[in-house]
Amino acid sequence: MQNLEALKNLLYRLADDFLIMGHRDSEWIGLGPILEEDIAFASMAQDKVGYSLSFYTLLHELGEADPDTIAFKREAIHFKCAQFVEMPIQDYAFSLIRHFFFDYAADTRIQALKNSSYDKLRDLANKISRELKYHCMHAKTMVTQIAKGNEDGNSRLQEAVNTAFPMALSLFEPTEFCEELAQAGICPTEASLQKEWLQRITPLLIEASLSLPQVPEPNPYYGGRKGYHTDYLDELIQEMTAVIRLEPEAVW
Amino acid sequence: MVNEIISKTTLLDYLQEVKDPEIPTISVVDLGIIEDVKIEAGNKVCIEMIPTFSGCPAIRFMQLEIINCLKKHGFTEVEVKVAYEKPWSSERITERGRKQLLEFGLSPPPRIKGEIEEKDLEQAICPKCLSQNTVIKNPFGPTLCRAIHYCYNCHETFEQFKPL
Ligand SMILES: [Zn+2]
Repeated sequence: MQNLEALKNLLYRLADDFLIMGHRDSEWIGLGPILEEDIAFASMAQDKVGYSLSFYTLLHELGEADPDTIAFKREAIHFKCAQFVEMPIQDYAFSLIRHFFFDYAADTRIQALKNSSYDKLRDLANKISRELKYHCMHAKTMVTQIAKGNEDGNSRLQEAVNTAFPMALSLFEPTEFCEELAQAGICPTEASLQKEWLQRITPLLIEASLSLPQVPEPNPYYGGRKGYHTDYLDELIQEMTAVIRLEPEAVW
Repeated sequence: MVNEIISKTTLLDYLQEVKDPEIPTISVVDLGIIEDVKIEAGNKVCIEMIPTFSGCPAIRFMQLEIINCLKKHGFTEVEVKVAYEKPWSSERITERGRKQLLEFGLSPPPRIKGEIEEKDLEQAICPKCLSQNTVIKNPFGPTLCRAIHYCYNCHETFEQFKPL
């Protein structure tokens, strides 16, 4: 198969982003500011872990280890997720803004993959894109309501945007496979996806009276796609695999 | 005993016994998650199913229930594959299924033509009074497939099986 390494790299990035983001979302269970938000984050976590399983299954079909092994028996250095998704949940404002940035970015990429030249990825993108509409809708509604609600809500969200935006750009960190994937029609370049994402979120932020900050160059949050991660990822993996390590051969 | 190959219709009738554990009035057949059925000689059957929402935790349970059900009906070899990559749509729910959702107190999803759009997600019919004068409160309800809406007519919140 042509472009196999590039394709696997893309699938790992997709799967690992969804797995780690899903786990971070699930940390809101029992902590949400209102019960409805608790449930929303739990549902979105479930969806995202589900997507990661679908991508790990595709990787398995391409010769990689089985999904459980990939998800739970790798060291942090082998993960391809962006540093953005590794960050702790912090407060609700940060998590809400991360959810807004992440889901619009994921939706932008998945929409593009509906035209991928790789048919299995295209099928999966068709399925996932329908569900991601709910994630984007939720993010947009909550951000708009809170940012337009009162000054306190607006300033807290603005602070979260200032912190999260440079991190969010790590979702579009260029990789050595970017050009190859674009030329093969598998996935557009990271630069073009980032541009499209910005075109989608900018009017929504303006509507919510929020603005994007300047970002230092080079972006200090780059590295995740190459296996350079924060210590937070390692801690999260330890937590995720605590049960498996107790009884490695247990059957569920 | 004559090794007679049963028809697909009979097999789908058997599968009416397997219900969605989260909505026990609707069967896997009426939910539209049975994609393909292959019946082979020697009491062997191969089923392909599609999960509703990707993260649906009930899919494993329904997979096992289908195997149990068909073994009970005399099949010796039952294989149930889950096609995670195939998109399920709420348009696959049968008319009977939509009535069963309503019986359970869940608003059936609005009918979708073509690509689903954001405005489709906001529409719902109140399962109590059938009013369409409703508003979406949260796209995420107690399970992945349910959203929370509010009826301006009854002044009560209700759950909807989400359009997809
Ligand atoms: Zn009503």
